[in-house]
Amino acid sequence: MHRELWEQAVPVATERDRVGRRLVTSDRLISLALITPSLILLAVFVYGFIGRTAYVSMVRWNDLTPDYTWVGFTNYVRLLDTERFQIDLRNTLVFTSTFIVLCLAVGLLLAVLLDQRIKFESVFRTIYMFPLAISFIVTGVAWRWLETPSSGINLIFGAVGLGFLQNGWFTDPNIGILGVVVAAFWQMSGYVMALYLAGLRGIPEDIREAARVDGASEWQLFRRVIFPLLHPITLTAVIILGHISLKIFDLTVSMTGPGPGFATDVPSLFMYQATFFASRFSQGAAIAVVLLLLVSGLIVPYLVYNARTEVQR
Amino acid sequence: MNARAGVPPAATRTTSARLSRVAIYAVLIAFALFYLMPVYVLVVTGLKSFTEVTLDRMWMLPEGFSLDSFRDAWLGNEQTAIPGLAKNFWNTILLTVPATLISSVLGSLNGYVLSKWKFRGADVLFPLILFGMFIPYQAVLIPLVQTMQVLGLYGTIPGLVFVHVVYGIPITTLIFRNYYASIPTELVEAARIDGAGILGVYRHVLVPLSLPGFVVVIIWQFTSIWNEFLFAIVLTSNPNVQPIMVALNNLAGSYSVQWNIQMAGALMAAVPTLLVYVLLGRYFLRGLLAGSLKG
Repeated sequence: MHRELWEQAVPVATERDRVGRRLVTSDRLISLALITPSLILLAVFVYGFIGRTAYVSMVRWNDLTPDYTWVGFTNYVRLLDTERFQIDLRNTLVFTSTFIVLCLAVGLLLAVLLDQRIKFESVFRTIYMFPLAISFIVTGVAWRWLETPSSGINLIFGAVGLGFLQNGWFTDPNIGILGVVVAAFWQMSGYVMALYLAGLRGIPEDIREAARVDGASEWQLFRRVIFPLLHPITLTAVIILGHISLKIFDLTVSMTGPGPGFATDVPSLFMYQATFFASRFSQGAAIAVVLLLLVSGLIVPYLVYNARTEVQR
Repeated sequence: MNARAGVPPAATRTTSARLSRVAIYAVLIAFALFYLMPVYVLVVTGLKSFTEVTLDRMWMLPEGFSLDSFRDAWLGNEQTAIPGLAKNFWNTILLTVPATLISSVLGSLNGYVLSKWKFRGADVLFPLILFGMFIPYQAVLIPLVQTMQVLGLYGTIPGLVFVHVVYGIPITTLIFRNYYASIPTELVEAARIDGAGILGVYRHVLVPLSLPGFVVVIIWQFTSIWNEFLFAIVLTSNPNVQPIMVALNNLAGSYSVQWNIQMAGALMAAVPTLLVYVLLGRYFLRGLLAGSLKG
């Protein structure tokens, strides 16, 4: 499980004194030589490039020819004034919140149900999780067809008397982004189910028994005992789903693109088009930095928290 | 079987308990149908001929069994100007296999050092390494494109291999570090007392025990790289070099192309990773739980 992997305390080689000093020193050097290439690559390609992007976001390179005239935060101020970006931020908020809530609710529901001694449990599990193995591009192609307003799911709604549920899906200028959420939910909810199921299986039977002996109903058992024990899993799920949904790109591109009136537009797509279609490199860089800050707000506290708890052990 | 989790022994089972069992299965089956729905549509539409694919008959079974759509999606069709995906499928193999293998080996070496040869500052360094797998790659794209152009790697498969190796380091290192942490340090100590150096310990102690770790990491990297889109579309513009997901997106994005071809192409693009999932699901799940999901 995610947390367990984190928490496995790492025993450090302690009995160095037994081994000759020179050997240790040369081994130490070799160990550094083994890891240094990776560290240099990450230093350049992650941190160096982020720094470079931040720099580009503060110059006036909004044309094909590079222009490194320093303009400070001008690109950011303009960006926040851009209607498309405002819509993007709103879409991201709607997408991320509905996506996370849907995945958590259904993932937990399916995990709890599958934990009830179900026949063919592994068949159900396999079906719920196979979308995780395929590309967002494939998902987007399939769901674009399923959400075609005059076909697909709307046909089914009509056939089973749920005609009032028929809608424009991702072509709706107002709620189009929710059409993309449905496809993303289809792809990722199995992941949350797997996390919760692993968590439920990790709760010892005596804890459940003890609660039952104390006269707790099944609902109270879940409410008071089991759900609180699953909190760390919920945290992990929110972090993982959150960083995926903040960055969502492939699915929007293959399903809809920016959509009518930018109804399905997201910052990552805006960045891509601004940079590589419109050659507005500084604007693209500014969008990228905002996106990075959004993701960092979620990820950095998580990384720091995990590093701290690991060191304490 | 032991009675557990809300299931009273059969003798005392009431009608309502039996009803709730039925309800549980009904919900589980309903969701199974939901997850399978796109697969049904992909297969059924892919097996139809162009004239048979109409919006109102989307859910109907095909009248005959025709593999023409698959042939056109794979080999292309000059009359309708459909580019085949075969070339791009091959490109993705040429990209995925070396990138997966190289990043797995790198991850293994890094994981070994970070679990058994921890140096001062390693605890600070590790989260800094991991940060690299969560960032939105948009934040590195502009300098990345420039750098690849300078290196002469822009628009080439080796260039994409290189990029996937670099940005694969955090996740492969994470999985291997945690995997090696579960290997007792006593084994390492014993080998060192027998005179093995750092490389000897790696070769004779760690590597023989690494197979499950490698399987998890290889499956993880294979799936991620096969399915990846952003680097692929930004770093390759020549259709002859583009990986399958870019080609599939282009195929689906050109509205002149029919649904049956799109669905057939999507199915073929998904088959390799689906096979891995079905055959090696257990390891797939371990990779999933070990790290993040799609970058």
